[in-house]
Amino acid sequence: MLPDHLLKEAKELVKRYKMNIKQEKEFMKRLEDVYIGSKIDPGEAIGVITAESFGEPSTQMVLDTFHFAGVAEMSVTTGLSRLIEVLDARKTPSTPRMDLYLKPKYSKNVETVKKIAENIKETKMQDILKEITINIAKLQIEAEFDKRTMKDYGLKEKDLLDILKHSLKNVNMKETKEGFNCKSKEEITLSEIYRLKEKIKRIKISGLKGITRVLPVKNDEDEYIIYCAGSNLKDALQLEEIDHERTTSNNIYEISEVLGIEAARNAIIVEIQKVLDGQGLSIDIRHIMLLADIMTRNGEIKGVTRTGIAGEKESVLARAAFETPIKHILNASLIGEVDELNSVIENVILNQPIPLGTGLPQLIMRNLTEDKDEFN
Amino acid sequence: MREYYKKIKAIEFGMLSPELVKKMASVKVVTPELYDKEGYPVDGGLMDIRLGVIDPGLRCKTCGGKLKECNGHFGYIELARPLLHIKYIDMVLAFLRATCRECGEILLDEKKIKKKENVITKSEMKKHIRSLITSARNVKKCPHCQAKQYSVKIEKPSTFLENDKKLSIIEIKLRLEKISEFTVSLIGLDPSKARPEWAILEILPVPPVTIRPSITLETGERSEDDLTHKLSDIVRINQRLFENINAGAPEVIVEDLWDLLQYHVTTYFDNEISQVPPARHRSGQALKTLSERIKSKEGRFRNNLVGKRVNYAARTVISPDPKLELNEVGIPKEVAMELTIPERVTEWNLKRMKKFVENGPEKYPGSNYVIRPDNKKKKITEETQEQLLEELQPGYQVERHLMDNDIAIFNRQPSLHRMSIMGHRIKVLPGKSFRLNPAVCNPYNADFDGDEMNLHIPQIEEARVEVEMLMDVKNQIITPKNGLNIIGCDTDSVTGNYLLTKELEYNREDAIEILYSIGVNKPEKFLNLKNKVKGIEIFSMLLPSDFDFIGITKLKEELVIKNGNIIKGYIDNNTIGNEKGTLIRAVFAKYNQETGIEILGQIFRLGIEILLREGFSISSTNVDLPEHVKEKNIEIISNAEKKVLQYIEQYNNGELEPLPGLALEETVEIKIMEILNKSRNKVGQLIAENVNQSNPVVIMANSGAKGNIINLAQMAACVGQQALRGKRIANGYKDRVLTIFSRGDLQPSSKGYIKRGYRDGLIPSEFFMHAMTGRDSLMDTALRTPKSGYLYRRLSSALQDLRVEYDYSVRDGKGNIIQFQYGEDSLDVSKTWGGKINVERIAKEVVGVDKNVT
Repeated sequence: MLPDHLLKEAKELVKRYKMNIKQEKEFMKRLEDVYIGSKIDPGEAIGVITAESFGEPSTQMVLDTFHFAGVAEMSVTTGLSRLIEVLDARKTPSTPRMDLYLKPKYSKNVETVKKIAENIKETKMQDILKEITINIAKLQIEAEFDKRTMKDYGLKEKDLLDILKHSLKNVNMKETKEGFNCKSKEEITLSEIYRLKEKIKRIKISGLKGITRVLPVKNDEDEYIIYCAGSNLKDALQLEEIDHERTTSNNIYEISEVLGIEAARNAIIVEIQKVLDGQGLSIDIRHIMLLADIMTRNGEIKGVTRTGIAGEKESVLARAAFETPIKHILNASLIGEVDELNSVIENVILNQPIPLGTGLPQLIMRNLTEDKDEFN
Repeated sequence: MREYYKKIKAIEFGMLSPELVKKMASVKVVTPELYDKEGYPVDGGLMDIRLGVIDPGLRCKTCGGKLKECNGHFGYIELARPLLHIKYIDMVLAFLRATCRECGEILLDEKKIKKKENVITKSEMKKHIRSLITSARNVKKCPHCQAKQYSVKIEKPSTFLENDKKLSIIEIKLRLEKISEFTVSLIGLDPSKARPEWAILEILPVPPVTIRPSITLETGERSEDDLTHKLSDIVRINQRLFENINAGAPEVIVEDLWDLLQYHVTTYFDNEISQVPPARHRSGQALKTLSERIKSKEGRFRNNLVGKRVNYAARTVISPDPKLELNEVGIPKEVAMELTIPERVTEWNLKRMKKFVENGPEKYPGSNYVIRPDNKKKKITEETQEQLLEELQPGYQVERHLMDNDIAIFNRQPSLHRMSIMGHRIKVLPGKSFRLNPAVCNPYNADFDGDEMNLHIPQIEEARVEVEMLMDVKNQIITPKNGLNIIGCDTDSVTGNYLLTKELEYNREDAIEILYSIGVNKPEKFLNLKNKVKGIEIFSMLLPSDFDFIGITKLKEELVIKNGNIIKGYIDNNTIGNEKGTLIRAVFAKYNQETGIEILGQIFRLGIEILLREGFSISSTNVDLPEHVKEKNIEIISNAEKKVLQYIEQYNNGELEPLPGLALEETVEIKIMEILNKSRNKVGQLIAENVNQSNPVVIMANSGAKGNIINLAQMAACVGQQALRGKRIANGYKDRVLTIFSRGDLQPSSKGYIKRGYRDGLIPSEFFMHAMTGRDSLMDTALRTPKSGYLYRRLSSALQDLRVEYDYSVRDGKGNIIQFQYGEDSLDVSKTWGGKINVERIAKEVVGVDKNVT
């Protein structure tokens, strides 16, 4: 009868208060009475209550991006903007973030953690070049390595040139004292050489795609966590050092693709809770769960938008009342849709009782005075 | 008794076939003229009386109904040449592309058509059809009749080109007519309700005059509706086209007129199509045609269908009255005499009802209307009064004026949650504003700076019962948002109770007077009072004698109540306040709502009463600091400034070590911010330590009524760093914030640090930067409101038909399951304590109860 979490709590309390059998019986009976009395009423318009529970506090939220330790790239969208982002089910968040947890044997030592972090960060050619210019006279690109950063990343010139040769075709590479020169094997125009230069700059040398910045941070349990700007869960989970169970991303779509829809549901709940905690608002978890459930019920993430759940309603009139009414009515006329009028707004439109709350029961009482004979 | 069952079971959508248009029409419109010389509608004109009536007194020629009885009737216009329906252009294009130009079959062989696996949902169906059309589009030869196909292009808005040659509408119609029912259904239409050729108009329905009424201006001139204007344009051009065709005019002229007619019909449907210049009034204002009537917030849907206007409502300014109960609303007599409640006359109340009729509409409490058993409403006037009085008998209804204890619905916009619309009981009071207890300001989010609120009077018994049992304030105190009390004590009331329970003492007479004045009438308890009555004793009088409670105050001290008496501690915002008043929540958990709201009301009034007696105010002297504190304060700030200067010097000399992952500029900024924030906190601490505990500002901060110590520090000593987007104020000029500073100056004062307090006043540069952050927060509010409003609209649109079923599953309107058990334990949040059932309290009760027995 009682839900698990209440039973568990009750058992603990029975122990703690050293209840005798009579007391325990009385206690369980009272608890059950309270539980039954606190159950929700059938017919309750729970969706509206959930919407209100979000809508009302959202007017008090701050539109803001939170800056993480002052590093602009590590900042995370929070507040109303982030809530809207989650509910819209955007494919990529405006500030993708990944929190990488490490396996215990890697997570204690600063140096190992730093090394792991550096390996994860996406390094492009432009990050280790001091200068890259086009020599118009010779129609070649001249680049100079930044030796200091190269040392930081532990890269050698030779490796870099290998990578370059590997990813560029039809070019001649020549190592110079400072860096390298690059010339096309074919005749090349100026705009083409410019494009080549940009391509060289973007060549990936190491790391995971999309991770633009990493920051190892010590948490309360003396463990290092790597905060990443940018998210690439799929590749990150394949790394040896990563604790697969705790590593997360704030990209809900990515979670859904890598870990499945139930994980995405959880991610939605977690992300919404993060926003609410950041704003100091309290909304019951049941509301968040309901929202997450309806967003993920078909096995794919649907946003609360005119193309998502709000636009996929059964009823033509409900869709028309929300947004773009003409489109919906015209389309309904073509496919000969029938509106069964079994949700709220259609019945409001038609001045009829709605199938919620006190409008739900379908009982009609016969007028006893008229049918007296029948009853006698 | 009115009956409540559904009248409409379902609504079917479909296109109008030409036959249907003709069948439902009662008039063929042939002339653009509206009225004849006498001002009488012309037969066969757009205002023909057979289309319905809009003038009172006239009768409809089709059905004989009067105004409001007759909904109007359709007519039709026979078009001289077929025209395209602009809204169905895409559909026509799809058909032209997907079907053979010769035989009308779909341009795909059967194998391709049959590939219709896993098409279940609507969106999958849409995708499937779209792929069918795209694959049929590129077919060059009809697989059925081998006819050669050409690509069909569209030249917006409504010209079709085949091989760069214009397709005439007649040709299009011929092609569409050839398409078989099966092919029509393949493209996704329901052939019984929509045929592609019906999108080619040969006959145009004319809407009834009742949807396009003309208005008579003061000058007696008639002003026609936009739709009528547009329709008369169509009729006029149509007639000209007819005449020209009949006279055998050259093709060019006919073509021109045909295009013009197409333009008029297009703008008649939608006047906001790109590439089509909108049709305008003579004044240059664009006409509001069919689409514009339906669309957007001001359109038919959102303005008239989803949101409706009501009768029996009132609106006026609100003002506070703490002497009212929480669930009462004070209304002016003027309102009470305008709004009415229908009361049925019976044998038992005949006398009372007669009195109401006798008093009539002018004398309170009277009545405005009498409803006869045949539902005829009679206004009570001096002439009718006597007669109505005489005939009044059981079975009649009297619409009597509002009286005390009648039920009303009270509302303040924006109605963001269900606590924005609550049930109140009427109290007729002198004055012209609505009065409400300030404790219910919080759920309404109301204040008294000119706010207005709305009042609605439910008219039937069912509605009144629902209001009383579901909407009344007493049922709304625990919010379903998080299971805490949204109504509690606020500001002055908290301060009053805090002072009372912390330090005050009254003599017996005063104590009884206070209690009596707030509505506590317990003589048996008054008897036990001694000559000196402590504040906590007075407060304890409000609590039931079996009430036990342990709470934590804002300053982390314990409040213990045993058997309805405060044993230890005092009352503050954390025990009786909004959203966190644990004591209030406990009262509502233990007792029923009537008791709860009574106690809450008394606590609230007690706080106010105490402040009324004691007086409570702040002045600028309350933020004066003693000399030694002032000096210390200046020292703290100058120390901080010195430290900052050190960092700046290090930075300028390049000696600063950058923090990991940060640039040098960012590092120095972070270090400076850190020091400055620390300094402000230090100042706050200093003031907290040195301030007099009887300082009203401190009392308010400690009780949680309003404000905090930081606010006091800002007033008395130092406002602190002004931050824009989490950073110090950014440079608005080259290398500096304002031109009074030198370039590259990183000092606190040149980047928005205000070292003075509000009391001493700000210097101009500080004032300016303070205004910058003030403006920023104003902008934030202004930008946020529409954003969050739209989010809320989408949420409620998406979730509104979810309900809890009898098996506690959550389902949508169609019956699709969203959750198998609501919230995984089917608990109603508004019946929980912060989302949980307080199991421990029950355990304590059980153990405690048994102890008493043994």
